[in-house]
Amino acid sequence: MTTPVKDPQARVERPDESLWKRLTRQQLFIPVAALALLVLFNLIADPSFFAVSMKENSLGNPVLSGNIISVLDNASELVILAIGMTLVTASSGGQDISVGATMAIAGSVILRMVCGSQVTADTMQMNLILAVLIGIAATMCFGAFNGALVAYFNIQPMVATLIMYTAGRSIAAWINNNQLPIINDLSFKYAGTFLPGIPVPTPIFITALVILIFWLVLKFTTLGLYTQAVGINPSSSRLNGLDPKLIKLLTYVILGVCVAVAGFIRVSRSGSINYSRIAENIEMDAILAVALGGNALSGGKFNIYGSILGAYVIQFLTTTLYKYEVPSTALPAYKAVVVILLVVLSAPVVREKLSRVKKAPVKAAKEVS
Amino acid sequence: MQEGAVLEMRGICKYFPGVRALQDVDFTLREGEIHALMGENGAGKSTLIKVLTGVYPKDGGEVHIKGIEGAAVIRSPQDAQNAGISTVYQAITLCPNLTVAENMYIGRTKGAMTNWRAMNSGAGKILESLGIPASPQQQLGSCSIAVQQMVAIARAVDMECKVLILDEPTSSLDEQEVVKLFGLMRDLQSKGVGIIFVTHFLEQVYEVCDRITVLRDGQLVGEYVIEDLPRVQLVSKMLGKELDDMADIKGESGGTAISQEGAPVLEAQGLCSSAGIKPFDFSIRKGEVNGFTGLLGSGRSECVRAIFGADHVTSGTVKMDGKEVKIRKPLDAMKQGIGYLPEDRKGDGIVGDLSVRENIILAYQVMKGAFRPISRAQAEAFADNYIELLEIKTASADTPIKSLSGGNQQKCILARWLLTDPKYLILDEPTRGIDIGTKIEIQKLVLKLAEKGKSVTFISSEIDEMLRTCSRLLVMRDRKLVGELNGEDLTQTKIMATIAGGDEE
Repeated sequence: MTTPVKDPQARVERPDESLWKRLTRQQLFIPVAALALLVLFNLIADPSFFAVSMKENSLGNPVLSGNIISVLDNASELVILAIGMTLVTASSGGQDISVGATMAIAGSVILRMVCGSQVTADTMQMNLILAVLIGIAATMCFGAFNGALVAYFNIQPMVATLIMYTAGRSIAAWINNNQLPIINDLSFKYAGTFLPGIPVPTPIFITALVILIFWLVLKFTTLGLYTQAVGINPSSSRLNGLDPKLIKLLTYVILGVCVAVAGFIRVSRSGSINYSRIAENIEMDAILAVALGGNALSGGKFNIYGSILGAYVIQFLTTTLYKYEVPSTALPAYKAVVVILLVVLSAPVVREKLSRVKKAPVKAAKEVS
Repeated sequence: MQEGAVLEMRGICKYFPGVRALQDVDFTLREGEIHALMGENGAGKSTLIKVLTGVYPKDGGEVHIKGIEGAAVIRSPQDAQNAGISTVYQAITLCPNLTVAENMYIGRTKGAMTNWRAMNSGAGKILESLGIPASPQQQLGSCSIAVQQMVAIARAVDMECKVLILDEPTSSLDEQEVVKLFGLMRDLQSKGVGIIFVTHFLEQVYEVCDRITVLRDGQLVGEYVIEDLPRVQLVSKMLGKELDDMADIKGESGGTAISQEGAPVLEAQGLCSSAGIKPFDFSIRKGEVNGFTGLLGSGRSECVRAIFGADHVTSGTVKMDGKEVKIRKPLDAMKQGIGYLPEDRKGDGIVGDLSVRENIILAYQVMKGAFRPISRAQAEAFADNYIELLEIKTASADTPIKSLSGGNQQKCILARWLLTDPKYLILDEPTRGIDIGTKIEIQKLVLKLAEKGKSVTFISSEIDEMLRTCSRLLVMRDRKLVGELNGEDLTQTKIMATIAGGDEE
């Protein structure tokens, strides 16, 4: 008696569906399939790809080394950015293309703080946590700037963030009077390399922590529901008591936090910064990660785990190409081919066709009978 | 083919997985006839139209068209167009940023070159001959919805159609615009075009149509000459039962007079918003059902939007239960226990891609706050409860709301507000574009809520619906509150007179 009234059409349709069709309809089908393909390719081509060994690093500490470790390590910044980018995409139906430039700002601010007035510092002049918090505050402001342009001035996200995309790296250079600060304090590099005595790269832990925090936030707040509602129908959301503009702004500020964390990891890998090259083109990979994760770039419903998987797929691909000694100048071309395949495969039109492939013979058999 | 017929469909069948959407349906359209296609939501009207226009392939049956030997083969909308069948859909499918003439000729110019002058003068001639008040070089988006609708028809007519399908053309038009559209339809009728008219408005059917074909559950109920089928019978044929429900509701409405002496729940004085209405006073008592009436565009919706804080409120005071409150935005109103079901279900009501469950809990969740999410289990319990209570037809609570029929979407929005347990519920056109069965359910629900001591403001374009549910009517004209009717004044003629105005000013 308590069962809800069901649509007769749907009730009959469900059992009909083949496993294949239900599988291809899953949002995570494409990133998981892409990952599986990459793994399979490497397994067949050269199983040693997956070998993980203990090696001594430059400081003489034993650390884990291998392609898999390198994928997990190097994907960190991209994964963190992809999370923030997913929220921005969902709420505003557009993307922030300034994340690479604002990562430069975050890195610049953090270096400036720890170097104090010196250009080359041997010890940190400020508590590292405080320096990172100041970096986060800075990129939150830039996120708020982008978000305000999008939410309150109704400027298209890509155009609004084009401003910071253009100006960000100059601002980053200006923060340090165009000098290149270098920090030689080993403890600064813990976040980008290894903690003493721990053989796993620290960025992997930071990424895991960020993912955990977002999992908790999405579980214990209504951010997910609000973001999606605002992205799908702002007018209706407003009449349900939400403030769509504020929520859009909020997602840009959250992305700002992600940008600072990613920027911090990046500068602490080397202890220095190259304003024009740091995190170059990472915004495109971050957007790609969101799309690969099966999220519509036009906003609305999202799956944050899809984007995370997407980011790892991109890094896996890059590492695989490096392994086969594709020259770094040719890398983007190879990547493009794979990206085209992935994007075409994840297009709704193709997925619809894919899910029909298996269904056709069943239908034909029915018609005969 | 029958003598005088332009279109004959025989034994049309269409199956979807697990459903027989159309079963052995016959339909005949004669030359120069306006033929209504009636049925509740899900009866198969749109499926039949889509089969005819080649959107869906048919699973059985034959289509004959005048001037084509043997059975016509229609595999795509293009085929249908070539066979002389044109369709004008409910939602305008033209491009608002192109000119009227461009819209009329889009996709029809041959070769790469366009003769703009010929196109504009050709469009001008057609517009003039049909009496459509638009100039060919005007941007379509700058015309009123009615004119846009007419341009869509002009485009169809210019393609020399024999059969014109109008799918709910009047749902976004006001009365004068409907009159104009009907004029245009009669004009085409005299030129020998056969028109299939799909609508929910019974009055319009009786005003303009010659014949009615009724479908129910994918089957043909019958074809009738309009004079032979009184309204009540039409309704009972559509519903498939001898219907006393309508009478039932009328009987109950006698009881709504009790609400006259309850304490006022909401009192507004000199309320005015940025939407361009004149300041108005308003109050509603506990357990009262009242309504705003007036022509489309008279400011009915703007009044309730001002009460709910949906538009920017510029002046006026509002008291809830005698205490003055500030309502600046929808959330303020919600916290005071006000719920608002908006007029534009698609644009302001549903959040299309979200599930039925998420749509139902949305307002309640917002009121609870961002840091107190409703658990999955609880949300499911809420959703299942209302799905059962309001008999929402959905595959599951996880189905995206946009895949539900209009009536069921509306029930979800109702469920959303009922879940917030409001003291005062505003329903703006809750029954528009909804089949009669659901309409009656919603009207009954309104009266039931009033019995439980809730106050409801009800807005509807159909006056008899308002008469059935409301005990007091506020009449709007030209964005101004012009009168209040209750008790014995609540008659169709009296309301019409007040809406029309004239003698009192």
